[in-house]
Amino acid sequence: MNNQQKDHILNFLEKGIRFDGRKLDEYRKIKIEKGFSENAEGSSKVSIGNTEVLAGVKMSVMEPYPDTPDEGTMMINVELLPLSSPNFEPGPPGIQAIELARVVDRGIRESKTIDTKKLCIKKGEKVWSIIVDVCPINDDGNLFDASALAVVAALQDTKMPSYNGKVVDYKKKTKDALPLNLKKIPTSCTVSKIGNHFIVDPVSEEEEKVEARLTVEIEEDGTLCALQKGGDNPLTAEDIDKMVGIGIEKSKELKKLL
Amino acid sequence: MGKLLVKEKTIVTPGEELAEGMDFLPAEGTFRDKDKIISSGLGLVNINGRIIKTIPVAGRYAPKKGDTVIAKVTNILMSGWILDIDSAYSAVLSVKEAKDFIRRDADLTKYYSIGDYIVTDIVMVTSQRLVDASMKGPGMRKLIGGRIINVNCHKVPRIIGKKGSMVSMIKQATDCSITVGQNGVVWINGSPENEIIVVKTIRKIEQEAHISGLTDRIKIFLEKETNKKINIEKVE
Amino acid sequence: MSYTKRNDGRKFDETRPIEAKAGIIKRADGSAYFKMGKTVAYAAVYGPREIHPKFLQNPKNGKLRCFYNMMPFSSMGDRVRPGANRRAKEIAMVTEKALLPVVDLTEFPNSVVDVFIELPQTDAGTRCAGICAASMALADAGISMNGMVAAVSIGRVDDKLVVDLDYSEESYEDGTVADIPIAVVSRTGEISLLQMDGELSRDDLKKALEMAKKSCSKIDKIQKDALKKKYEVKNE
Repeated sequence: MNNQQKDHILNFLEKGIRFDGRKLDEYRKIKIEKGFSENAEGSSKVSIGNTEVLAGVKMSVMEPYPDTPDEGTMMINVELLPLSSPNFEPGPPGIQAIELARVVDRGIRESKTIDTKKLCIKKGEKVWSIIVDVCPINDDGNLFDASALAVVAALQDTKMPSYNGKVVDYKKKTKDALPLNLKKIPTSCTVSKIGNHFIVDPVSEEEEKVEARLTVEIEEDGTLCALQKGGDNPLTAEDIDKMVGIGIEKSKELKKLL
Repeated sequence: MGKLLVKEKTIVTPGEELAEGMDFLPAEGTFRDKDKIISSGLGLVNINGRIIKTIPVAGRYAPKKGDTVIAKVTNILMSGWILDIDSAYSAVLSVKEAKDFIRRDADLTKYYSIGDYIVTDIVMVTSQRLVDASMKGPGMRKLIGGRIINVNCHKVPRIIGKKGSMVSMIKQATDCSITVGQNGVVWINGSPENEIIVVKTIRKIEQEAHISGLTDRIKIFLEKETNKKINIEKVE
Repeated sequence: MSYTKRNDGRKFDETRPIEAKAGIIKRADGSAYFKMGKTVAYAAVYGPREIHPKFLQNPKNGKLRCFYNMMPFSSMGDRVRPGANRRAKEIAMVTEKALLPVVDLTEFPNSVVDVFIELPQTDAGTRCAGICAASMALADAGISMNGMVAAVSIGRVDDKLVVDLDYSEESYEDGTVADIPIAVVSRTGEISLLQMDGELSRDDLKKALEMAKKSCSKIDKIQKDALKKKYEVKNE
């Protein structure tokens, strides 16, 4: 990216308009579809413009961690499939996938939206483990917010498999949903800084020009439950306050979709 | 007597039978298998007397001598620049093919630096697909400002139009500068509102290039988007 | 004991319902979606593009490289651990060989065409669905091909030969089962993938190949229709 083209995008943003005609704080069209899979315990397909991600929930019974003997476990994993972008390569997850997974994971974990105590089957012996895998099908920017939405939607879609004390019968799904605290469900809004401008939901072309970004995960009452500053450039405290403000505003829109 | 099995301008898929009998001759995008002519790719049927070919509708750019492309400088060597031409192969612009005379010890970034987009000619493609570019000639230049979009390179002839009529019409309607590279890289420079219309128009051409009546549809589309009457005669 | 009626009520020579779409992944050069019953495959093609590492370059021909992956949540029961295991690597290899006879990359020496197959949901027959999707994605990417490839798994369940085994048949318990995935080059009827798990008589193999050819010619039509559908005139 040379400076000439950078100036061009700044001219646009100066006038309050993006390369694709959107306003600075405007998301592309978001679609959330729950339950595309019959094999996963819960699943969702989320698209934001051309960006499309799948998320699936797998549950199993395992021994609890020694420090939390009466709590179920949860993990979020992201696979940046080379199918979804010319920039991704086959192989073990790179730092980009790891960051993405860990930020989404923190939002779910810290908001305590899953009541992990209710996932305990027998204290110290058996608890439910939840693994949510996120797989982008097409990466046209903003995988952070798309993945976070997909994970929440897949968790909402989940029906526990039946368990007879010895084996899990995956074919027999119960009617029981996961113990989710709906008031706590986090939404993720990533605000990006280009020049002195703040935008949400960048497409890939814009992402290349982003100097700094802040992912803000927010509970329904506006409490922040996870933050991640990214990008090469630093932010001022004023920047951060503005970005959090945009995040809180936007999360209200996103929440309605879930 | 041979028999045609498809109509002009229909979309055919790889392996599809296009004609039967020895009177027909296979040209680009087709091959003969015994008495049949078969399509060797996804394309539009083009029948010219006894000659049958298919015009590809998809696929990455394959560099050809004589093409004018928009390239991005990706690396600088002692002797020139490496160019990304949105193809499987990069091109090399050597110092002596630059627009101006450049001294041996000059700092090449002063002319074209990494990330710059340039309009350049493909002057040689070897059998191993080593590609040479040149800036000698009219219209070759570094692009200042503006934005780049990538389009399907097979739609470039329709975006340009007959004798440049389509792109002239878009320029006239939007007052934007537009340069279309044969490699499907397009440079646009104008006011934000108008650039957005240009991009929309080009995307529409890309999608509907194979459907007849394109010029009229694009004219109506541009008039609606810009609220301006377009005089096609003036374009010619 | 005899297998007299299929678990899902299909005829013995009937595939599960098929759904096919081309061009669903915008950033890829070509892509397709192929659903056979509950088995779903996505395929994306990138290239021809530069090959890394460089020593893999072939100066005479472009390289076709396939990858096969089940998404972690794709199967009933345990989560599939991410990463290419032995099974995935073998399937990727036989998929490559199944497609190679139709793909012509002589115009793209030193380059690579990557095919990524991803399965979000599986219910037996994944390699066949993957090959069907990949063949469409290659055509959608404008790759030069002398035909298309379709694939289906033929099974022997107890004493019956059946088309397109699903998981319930693959794990039939009242008798023995053989699973025979077969890919057919649609234009020539040649077999480009043949594997078998289980026991089978020489006669049954002959019959199985015949059944596969018949089924694959139906699949071929679905693949081609889906590719053409992408270019249909949209009424505004």
